[in-house]
This record gives sequence, C-alpha cells and structure tokens, in this order.
Amino acid sequence: MNMAIQWVSFKTIVVKEVRRFMRIWVQTLVPPAITIALYFVIFGSLIGSRIGQMGGYDYMQFVVPGLIMMAVIQNSYGNVVSSFYGTKFQGNIEELLVSPTAEVTILLGYLAGGVLRGLAVGGIVTVLALFFTDLSVESWPITISMVLMTAVVFSIAGFLNAMYANSFDDISIIPTFVLTPMIYLGGVFYSVDLLPDFWAKVSLANPILYMVNGFRYGILGVSDVSLGVSYFMLTLFMLGGFGFAMYLLTRGEKLRS
Amino acid sequence: MSVALEIKGLKKTYADGFQALKGIDLHVRQGDFFALLGPNGAGKSTTLGILTSVVSKSAGSVCIMGHDIDQDFQQAKQCLGVVPQEFNFNQFEKVFDILVTQGGYYGLSRALAKQRAEKYLRKLDLWDKRDTISRTLSGGMKRRLMIARALVHEPQLLVLDEPTAGVDIELRRSMWEFLTEVNDEGTTIILTTHYLEEAESLCRNIAIIDEGQIIENTSMKSLLRKLTREIFIFDTRNALQAPLELPGFTARIMDDNMLEVEIEVGKEQSLNKLFTLFDGAGIEVTSMRNKSNRLEEMFVNLLKPGNIVGYDKPAEDPMVVPNAAASSGAAS
Repeated sequence: MNMAIQWVSFKTIVVKEVRRFMRIWVQTLVPPAITIALYFVIFGSLIGSRIGQMGGYDYMQFVVPGLIMMAVIQNSYGNVVSSFYGTKFQGNIEELLVSPTAEVTILLGYLAGGVLRGLAVGGIVTVLALFFTDLSVESWPITISMVLMTAVVFSIAGFLNAMYANSFDDISIIPTFVLTPMIYLGGVFYSVDLLPDFWAKVSLANPILYMVNGFRYGILGVSDVSLGVSYFMLTLFMLGGFGFAMYLLTRGEKLRS
Repeated sequence: MSVALEIKGLKKTYADGFQALKGIDLHVRQGDFFALLGPNGAGKSTTLGILTSVVSKSAGSVCIMGHDIDQDFQQAKQCLGVVPQEFNFNQFEKVFDILVTQGGYYGLSRALAKQRAEKYLRKLDLWDKRDTISRTLSGGMKRRLMIARALVHEPQLLVLDEPTAGVDIELRRSMWEFLTEVNDEGTTIILTTHYLEEAESLCRNIAIIDEGQIIENTSMKSLLRKLTREIFIFDTRNALQAPLELPGFTARIMDDNMLEVEIEVGKEQSLNKLFTLFDGAGIEVTSMRNKSNRLEEMFVNLLKPGNIVGYDKPAEDPMVVPNAAASSGAAS
C-alpha cells in the first residue's frame, strides 16, 4: 500500500467532510447548540434548582457532562450516517471505489469527519454551558480520552447504519428508536443510584452509561460505574465496531454488486 | 505494443443466479481507441463495472497496464479513469471542488489537483462554471464534468461508458474531437456507446459482446469488410416509374424521386455498374447515401442469432421491384 497516496486521500476525505458540515452549519452546528441550550435552561436552571444535589453536585453541574456527551454522540453519529449514506445514494461512493483509496482509508476518513463534527458541537455546547454554571475539569486526560473514544464509537455506529441503509428512512429509524432512548436512559439526566436495583442492573447493559459516566468522572470526579469498566467497554465497542465496518467495506456490502 | 487491458476468462454470476459474463477474454493494446459494443443487458456494464471495482467478479483475471486488479489494486486503479453512464458526482458541490477532491483520492497534492482541475475545466469549456453547484449544470455540462473528473489524475486507460448519451450533435462532435486529442496524446480509451456512428468514426478496434460472450473482436476495418451487403438511397431528379430495369440488383422505389438499392459486396456488383444501369434507364441521380450506418448494419447482423448460425432473412417487402432482382438471381 502506497502510504503517501493513502495519506493524501485521507486528508481529502476529512477536508471534504469538514467542508460539508461547515457549509450547512445552519443544519449541523446551530440546531444541536439550541437544543442543548434549552436543556440547560429547563433541566439545569428551572427544574434543576428544585432537584437539589445529585452525586454530590448541583444538578446543573451534574447534568452538564451528560448533555455535552449527548451532543457529541448524536452529532458524531449523525454526521457519518447522513454523509456516507448521501454518498451512497448519489452514487459518488464510486469516486472512492474506483480510486486507489484503500477501504481502511475510506473508513478512517469518514470517522475523522464524524469525530470532528462531534467535537465541534461538543465544544459549542461546552461554551454555552459556561453561561449557566462553572466548569472545572477534574482530569483532562480522562475527559479528552473519553470524549474522543465516544465520538469514534458513534461515528463507527453511524457508518454501520449507513452501510446497511437502503433509504433515508433507514438512517432516521435507528437514531429515533434506538439511539435517543439509549441516551436518555444512559445516565445523562440522573444517577443510576436513583433507580431500583433491577433497573439499575438493566442500565448496565446500556453502553452509553459507561461513556457518560466516564466523561462525568473526567470533569466532576464522580461516576456510577468504574472508570476501568468504562474504558474497557469503549475499547471493546471501538475495536469490534471498526473490525465489523472493515469487514463490510472489504466485502463491498451494499456497495458492490 | 504493450497491453493496456488484459481480461482472461472473466465470469460474473449475480446473486439471483443470472450469468452476466460467461468467461470473456479481451486484449486492448496501449494507445488504442477501442469500442466495446453490445445490446442492453449484453454484459458491457458488468465488464466495465469489474474493471472499475464496483462489481465483484466471479472468476477470471483482469490486468490494467500490467497490474492485476486483485494483487496490485492500487497501481491498477491509479492507471484507470472512469466516466460512468450515470451522473454520480456530488450534486451539492461546486464543479471545481469535485475535481480537486477526485484528484486527492488519487494522491495528488491539493496544489497539483487545483492545477489539473483548471486545465481540464478549461479544455472542456467549463472553467466559467467552476463555482457553480453541479446539480444546476445542463445535461451536456454534466457529461463534460464527468470526463474532466475522470482525467484529473491523467490516467493511462480511460473507460467511457456511453459518454455522449443525451448530448446534442454539436456537443457530441466537440466531445469526439476532445477524446481524439486525448487518445492522440497516448491515453488508451475504451468506449461503450449506442451511437454506432461514434464508434465507427473514433475507434480502431472493436469487440462485440452479446449474452455475456464476446462474439467479435477485431479491427474496425476488418469488421466492416465482413459486411456483405450495403443499402444505398438515391435521390433522383426525374420521377421514377415501376418496373425498373436494374438487372442484378435488388431495388425498391421509395417515392417518386427516391430509390433504395441493395448491393451485395463480393458478387460482382459495383456502384459503377449500377450507375451504368441508371444511365441506361435515364435516371439522373442528384445525391446518394447509406441507408444506415455501416457498423450499425454489421452490428444488427451479428446480433441476429440466426445470422451467426443460419439466420433466416425475413420475407421480402412486396414493394421490391421483382424483375430487377429475379433477372440475375442475385436477390436473396
């Protein structure tokens, strides 16, 4: 494999992806910022002041890491699923398939685009959060690694959704009926300690719980689950998802006849 | 001369069991302008799809510029430029960006990709449209954009799948000139088209594919030499009246001033003899032309199954002048 060609090709895909979400910033960057700002106002300021403390912190402080993570998850996923499916739908995936760009480069390029959009929206949401509460970071390495790994995992998930999708309905069904419930039940708004034992145990099957809590640990120093388990789960999803995406790409699943 | 494309025993069976290619062999020499023709569903697009990696082959091997597409896919793809049948560029991107991005996929630095994008957009008269969103281009402009995109990395082998479909004649001819220029500069071109006039005027060699098999693979000249009959249309100054005395020829009066004559090549028939007969019959010809393109005639003949092995010609048209054909026994 000619690494120089692959590197240029990777950069080309990333630049194309960034230009895409920047060109349509009104659709990609503004709506999540407004939505999350409303969560800050309603759950943080209005209702949060009546909830009191959670996990030893004001509810607003508790909920901010979860909401940042929610923005990162939704936007990493959304970027890759819509961009890659759009590429398939318009047929311009063939531009890549006929070129010397290797499958791994295609995958890494799209994932980088998803991660960058996730981080861009996450950054905007973090700045907005500073208008509502003070944020001090307990551990930068944990915070950064958690947000990066989460963005990668959900970029991969978006890619897999796009690979299998046959219509635009297919790329909205998973976010609506799977992703959103998992996020809402993944400890973004509450500590699993509040749940009855049975539901707390059920919650442990939700991978988003580990991501949100790992990130919250990086910022606040508190978590419902062990940090080691969070890293383990993220690594598992990352490697498993990447391997599966590579398998599908190499087979040309729904790309080649 | 080296081989630009070598296909051996290429087979493709789709998941539904349809066998699109039944083991084809094909050699295209470097620098050639090669036509791959066939009716719809014959296997042309499947063959090109395999070359361009959008279709997986079931068996056989494909080498592009000496690089096997399985073993050496990057080098093989680096040598290849593709103009697919359908518009498949990003409809929301600007024309210039489409070319620069494509260059990047082939490892061109951004600066070089921009330089090449300008070069080919100018050559294809699209430079003024460089900042236009591609979906707003006219059909002809989109076709030219596809060609510019395929050339941005300056491939050694250019594959064109019906590049002039739906393009008006003026633009089609300017595209022919451009493609001839590209070929003259050393790029091997493989063309599929339904405009057989296009293939006849551009291509030096030809393969005809039907039902997943190559039924003819030769030079254009050799193929046309196999044409055993040609039909000419003559416009006459004076009104024609049946019966016509044209011994040895099958003739048909189309209207008062138009005559159709079939000439059997290799049966001692010639236009000179025909004109002598016209003189004798007092017929003054003002113009003449082939009824159909010669390659088209050949193509249709080859694809009629019986014509390859005992094709039964349809019953004669009752308008055929009987004595003209019957007098020499030359009528079919």
